[in-house]
Amino acid sequence: MELDEVVCFSRFSRVAICGGTHGNELSGVYLVREMQKAERKAKERGNDMEVITVLSNPRAVQRGLRYIDTDLNRCFTHAMLSGSNTNDAPYEIIRSRELNALLGPKGSRDAVDLVCDLHNTTANMGLCLISYSDSDWLCLHVFRHLQRQMPDVPTRFIHFNATNKESYSLDSVGKHGFALEAGPQPHGVMRSNIYTTMKMGVEHVLDWVCLFNSGFVFEGGSVDVYTVVRNIDYPRDRDTHNITAAVHPQLQDRDFCLLYPEDPLFLTLSGETLRYKGKEPLYPFFINECAYYEKGIAVSLARKRRVAIPAIRVQTEQEQQAKKDECTSEEEEE
Amino acid sequence: VSVDLMCLAARLDEARRVAIFGGTHGNEMSGVMLVNLWVQNNTEVQRKGVEVQPFITNPKAVEKCTRYVDTDLNRAFTPENLSTLGGGDLPYEVRRAQEINRMFGPKGSPEAYDVIFDLHNTTSNMGCTLLLESSKDHFNLQMMNYIQKSIFPASCLVLLNEHPLLKYSTSRSVAKHPVGLEVGPQPQGVLRSNIFESMRDILKHALDFIELFNAGMEFPPCTVEVFRLSERIDYPRDDNGNIIAMVHPNLQDCDWEPLNPGDPMFQTFDGKTIHYQGSGTVYPTFINEAAYYEKQQAFATTRRESLVASAIRKA
Repeated sequence: MELDEVVCFSRFSRVAICGGTHGNELSGVYLVREMQKAERKAKERGNDMEVITVLSNPRAVQRGLRYIDTDLNRCFTHAMLSGSNTNDAPYEIIRSRELNALLGPKGSRDAVDLVCDLHNTTANMGLCLISYSDSDWLCLHVFRHLQRQMPDVPTRFIHFNATNKESYSLDSVGKHGFALEAGPQPHGVMRSNIYTTMKMGVEHVLDWVCLFNSGFVFEGGSVDVYTVVRNIDYPRDRDTHNITAAVHPQLQDRDFCLLYPEDPLFLTLSGETLRYKGKEPLYPFFINECAYYEKGIAVSLARKRRVAIPAIRVQTEQEQQAKKDECTSEEEEE
Repeated sequence: VSVDLMCLAARLDEARRVAIFGGTHGNEMSGVMLVNLWVQNNTEVQRKGVEVQPFITNPKAVEKCTRYVDTDLNRAFTPENLSTLGGGDLPYEVRRAQEINRMFGPKGSPEAYDVIFDLHNTTSNMGCTLLLESSKDHFNLQMMNYIQKSIFPASCLVLLNEHPLLKYSTSRSVAKHPVGLEVGPQPQGVLRSNIFESMRDILKHALDFIELFNAGMEFPPCTVEVFRLSERIDYPRDDNGNIIAMVHPNLQDCDWEPLNPGDPMFQTFDGKTIHYQGSGTVYPTFINEAAYYEKQQAFATTRRESLVASAIRKA
């Protein structure tokens, strides 16, 4: 990548803000509801950009549950999206297909430009932007903008390396997408400070998109990226599979504090300390996230590295036209 | 010769049969873990002269890691529910209440268990709280005093719910001496080590008290400070019943701290402050408890009171 290279992207015409993908993660539920109320008062952001607000899992929201039949945020692989709806299909599979029709189809030219999916966690993670890619320059620039605009909120970028596995979450439906995760907040609870953080985060994301659309050149630089390396499960009883230890008090709430080999991980019910046996110091997060007990995750571990990001700006109309002409002539040659 | 009646100890029956209930709400994890541990190995809860039974009250809810399956078990022990017929047609928790009443009651009868400890967690920042159902239960008052002195400098407050309208029929109410234990803050479905250990420690002292009492120890008169439940305050709602404001950041996590008229109470979604309009200072508790959104409660107010427990001794 050349130092003075400016990477261009097409303008954002449609951005989706999704809340209630997990029905008991309340910041997103209430924020989407408030945005929808404001929309009814005909508020336009200008720049011909459409903001679509979606309550992803309304039945789960109504019942205050994470999900009804199955986790909606795992239902967006191509295989799950392309089957036909049967009578006994889980509610969330039917819903993921509805959302794909509304915001996608995933992988197509008609998909929305950006999906911002709002989540809460019981872990002490502050504000996190979670993405499958560490080289989607748009997402990384949005992240840097959030960090700069919200210096009082610890804001981090988490990269799930999904090269071998296909993306399965709602944010993968858009051309670009990420989850915005705020914590700590118990599920089923609305903490005003967490709501405020989420609200400000979404406003800054939308402000950034408008700024991008207006032709602003965002200078290059670098950001810290946490790439997930592995997960550690709770110690469990061999027969019942019930957990036999709690996250150690010295690890509890210490998300993103470097975990060294031999540091305490768990405290068993009989008072024994179980320690981290890895060779490499790693950054822990999603420490004691409620919803991950059933997924077998007590803590996730990541490596941190500095990622260089290029300068970016929106494609001008001439550039867009030139690109279209190029594609057309390529098709003609074939 | 004048006899000072206040110095005579009340003679009370031995507390021979004691139960420890966990999982009354299936997603309040400290009690679930403790009771499961003690069902497997009860060494820790054994005391001389006491029969201690650890028991999971709502196994279906525990299995699903949810508060309840059909209806809140901790509201289900009403006289109507306990006597109603209907068998398999009844909600799961009503059937369960009847079974628990058979095993540990019947409620109000001489055969009922002497003491039941009911283990709960809350998302509110209440620390360790003991729940008292009657201001005239001198046995419980003495026990709570003993616990408070034993864990000092750590603290454990007493919440008294004797309110004629706000009082509810708990699973522990089956016993002669019902004792609720509420420890927070802990999210539902999550097990926090420090919360678990606090609850475990309180129970240890509670059982020690019972052992000492049964062995004949006399406990002199004592004063116990309690917080008496006064009022339930709901979230501000619109005409459709939707919540339109959140617990104010100044009130969030301030359980047991004085709330004065004029203090911030709620914050609307667009940042406006709603102030407390009561007539005097109250002590709020259960601030922003997840399970109370559906019960129309943002927090409860309490008033401080001192209760005098008479001296007690086994009969």
